[in-house]
Amino acid sequence: MRALPFAVLLILATVLPALAGPFEDAVGKFANDEFSDTEEAVDTLATSANPLAFTIVSALQDGRLMADADSKKIYVTQTDGKIIDALTGAAVASLPDSAAAVRLNNKLRRHVEAALGSLTLQSPDPAKRVQAAQSVFKTHDETMLPAIDSALQKETSKSAKLAFTEARAAILLFKQDATDAEKLEAIATIKARGDQEALALLTGLTGDQPPAIAKAAAGATAAIQSNLALWSNVQNAWYGLSLGSVLLLAAIGLAITFGVMGVINMAHGEMVMIGAYVTFVVQQTIRSNFPGLFDYALIIAVPSAFIVAGAIGILIERSIIRFLYGRPLETLLATWGLSLVLQQAVRTMFGPTNQEVANPSWMSGAFEIGQITITYNRLWILCFTLAVFAILLAMLRYTSLGLEMRAVTQNRRMAASMGIATSRVDALTFGLGSGIAGIAGVALSQIDNVSPNLGQSYIIDSFMVVVFGGVGNLWGTLVGAFTLGIANKFLEPVAGAVLGKIAILVLIILFIQKRPRGLFALKGRAVEA
Amino acid sequence: MLTQLTHDIATPLSRRRWLAATAGLVLGLASFTSAKAADDTIKVGVLHSLSGTMAISETTLKDTVLFMIDEQNKKGGVLGKKLEAVVVDPASNWPLFAEKARELITKDKVSVVFGCWTSVSRKSVLPVFKELNSILFYPVQYEGEESERNVFYTGAAPNQQAIPAVDYLMKEEKVKRWVLAGTDYVYPRTTNKILEAYLKSKGVAQDDIMINYTPFGHSDWQTIVADIKKFGSAGKKTAVVSTINGDANVPFYKELGNQGIKATDIPVVAFSVGEEELAGIDTKPLLGHLAAWNYFESIKTPANEKFIKDWQAYTKNPKRTTNDPMEATYIGFNMWVKAVEKAKSVDADKVIDALPGTKTPNLTGGVSELLPNHHITKPVFIGEIKGNGQFDVVWKTPGLVAGDAWSKELPDSKDLIGDWVGKKCGNYNTKTNKCGGQGS
Repeated sequence: MRALPFAVLLILATVLPALAGPFEDAVGKFANDEFSDTEEAVDTLATSANPLAFTIVSALQDGRLMADADSKKIYVTQTDGKIIDALTGAAVASLPDSAAAVRLNNKLRRHVEAALGSLTLQSPDPAKRVQAAQSVFKTHDETMLPAIDSALQKETSKSAKLAFTEARAAILLFKQDATDAEKLEAIATIKARGDQEALALLTGLTGDQPPAIAKAAAGATAAIQSNLALWSNVQNAWYGLSLGSVLLLAAIGLAITFGVMGVINMAHGEMVMIGAYVTFVVQQTIRSNFPGLFDYALIIAVPSAFIVAGAIGILIERSIIRFLYGRPLETLLATWGLSLVLQQAVRTMFGPTNQEVANPSWMSGAFEIGQITITYNRLWILCFTLAVFAILLAMLRYTSLGLEMRAVTQNRRMAASMGIATSRVDALTFGLGSGIAGIAGVALSQIDNVSPNLGQSYIIDSFMVVVFGGVGNLWGTLVGAFTLGIANKFLEPVAGAVLGKIAILVLIILFIQKRPRGLFALKGRAVEA
Repeated sequence: MLTQLTHDIATPLSRRRWLAATAGLVLGLASFTSAKAADDTIKVGVLHSLSGTMAISETTLKDTVLFMIDEQNKKGGVLGKKLEAVVVDPASNWPLFAEKARELITKDKVSVVFGCWTSVSRKSVLPVFKELNSILFYPVQYEGEESERNVFYTGAAPNQQAIPAVDYLMKEEKVKRWVLAGTDYVYPRTTNKILEAYLKSKGVAQDDIMINYTPFGHSDWQTIVADIKKFGSAGKKTAVVSTINGDANVPFYKELGNQGIKATDIPVVAFSVGEEELAGIDTKPLLGHLAAWNYFESIKTPANEKFIKDWQAYTKNPKRTTNDPMEATYIGFNMWVKAVEKAKSVDADKVIDALPGTKTPNLTGGVSELLPNHHITKPVFIGEIKGNGQFDVVWKTPGLVAGDAWSKELPDSKDLIGDWVGKKCGNYNTKTNKCGGQGS
């Protein structure tokens, strides 16, 4: 029994010289695979002046910090794939097999973020300094005050200066021994920032404040809240536009097949789904063969999806639908059956599980305008939808195929007698509608599941948009989609997602009672034909 | 009757050829079934949707049962007889579940059925299993409030998943404000009712609980994610408890990632997101979000490693993932085999009596036991999502948790217990000492 402490001492004595100093000690702790030890190590590194500290902590955040449980050595895999020893910074040829990434949990991640914040306050990149100041703003850790003060004095960039001032205000607001004047000034700074994080900070202030400060804080909270309420209307409008663009994209192909041709096409959703699967296949091919082009995979997928879905559309028209013109009930049943066949075919080919379609870098993340967050993927989809709409409109208006299409749908017999091959035009029109549905699938793969059921969730919405907007009118589809999107998004915060959807359906039923031909009804003899 | 029918249908074909073909088909079928009946096998029914919306989750479980049967037959089957699977497809159609269950029991004469995923499908087959006195093993986490003589629940009851997850967030993440988000159907609604009662019993104010329901397959999460963000900025640590159903999860997590809600700010703990669901998303923005399950593929035990290896060899897919309902199927199957061997018979009454008390090892290193209320004991794990679509276990219960058929948190069910051994009753009221009460 007595030998044990002695043995421990002996081991310590041999190990310690190698681990002299708090930095070495801290790094050694990563090898223990204990969350509490990792936490201590991160906190020690955050205050150490060692130049490797930043490399180690950021590697830890990205899961690139490797610990070897056998030899207790720590390695960093650099972003370029090179490996260094975390203690010395010396290059290492390869990782030992027993090395595994140091594990993190959420509590630790918060420590890591705070540590990175304090380590990057002096970074040469102003954007990084702003980020660092933001993380200090969130943690408002008192010990950071001297570092922030010195950084603020040296700061030249305007945005970083503002961020540091805000971070300083956040610290002062929660500092026990700050003067009332300092605190009031801090509240004013935070009020000027005016976003949700500022609100969180102010509402997190404890109740035992002097009356003057409590009053100022309450006033600032109210001001921020009313400002945010105003912004939330703008936000709802944006969400509405974005939902409208998705509805329009899903419906625009149907506006051709159902709206212009009058085919009740229940397999429309499956064309969208096929488009999404084409995106998946294109992305997979590019990922394995040309990884450099990965970010352009979506752009390549657009024409591919159009061609594949369009070809399938033409095939369907030639083999099934052309025998059913003028028999809406049979068309409905046949296309419904077809949609089930297509779904099961895809399920058999690709399996029933979701397929992963990655977002390219230019479609990930978000940016902020005022107090609203705009995500890039939604913004791109809105632009893309409007572009598709414009191209389609131009095509119908200015090309000879568009002219023939309009002629055939307006008066088939007269068009035929003018020498237009009407059955060829029928096939091409249906192919066009299907192809556009395929393009919609490319965009929808970015925000929804790529699964065999993808199309089903859009078919009802698509019919709703086309009928509401007015059958046979592309502009009606556009206005209908955006109206429904915006109405839905203003109802949702009030009524909830489920009730909001029901309310929209009820409103449409009432509207159709009043105006059976939709918002923009076609007029004239074409309607009676 | 048949000739009348064929006459109507068979105009394009010559009538004689049609008749001959039908006769041939009937003869073929007859010889086929008689050949099967002659075989000395035990039939096992598999009642999982292979098409429709639920195919995404249930197909894997069908494969799991087939895999288990294959493994058991390699060991010589049960009671010296080979097992034979009878697979039917209820096509995600709830009434069809009941029809197919009846077909399995009466026509195919199966001894046991493994099946169902959604609660509504289970409720739809219940009367059939009661009437025809057969056995159903149900392998999915569910809302509880049920204990039936003919059903064995090997998935988690709310006290084996939801309550420990909330406990974890309260203790480890110091969460004070709660968003309970779910898809609008019976499992999330009941689970959220239980959680709300539980949170209030722990002193959480009504203002600090936000409950939100969305339709099935909801794909536009912008407003709800923004609401969560707003709710989370009240100066108190906030977490989301998600009972959002499989398909709607991908767009939900994508929106969370895009709006920049990180797990360090507002963690989301999900009860329906497993390895299979994550296979459809890039998980890097989701790092640190949580899931509560009784099994994770990443848990390192010899039993689990062998299971994964054999499973991938069986499916000939080295990337095929495993998940919690698969483990529940595995446990249920092994328990059934043990009980049949104990009862020395596949007779439903004998097996039902032999099942409670059966113990089999689970895949995470413990031994699960089938309780008198027809639920089982299970460990509870909290896992964080990793960058590769797997989970890293960050917390687990010290021992196995016994499944409660009736929630102790709800006033209507807190006095009820299920006991099919002593009391022979699924909803025994311990206050009035009578069988029968709320619920079934």
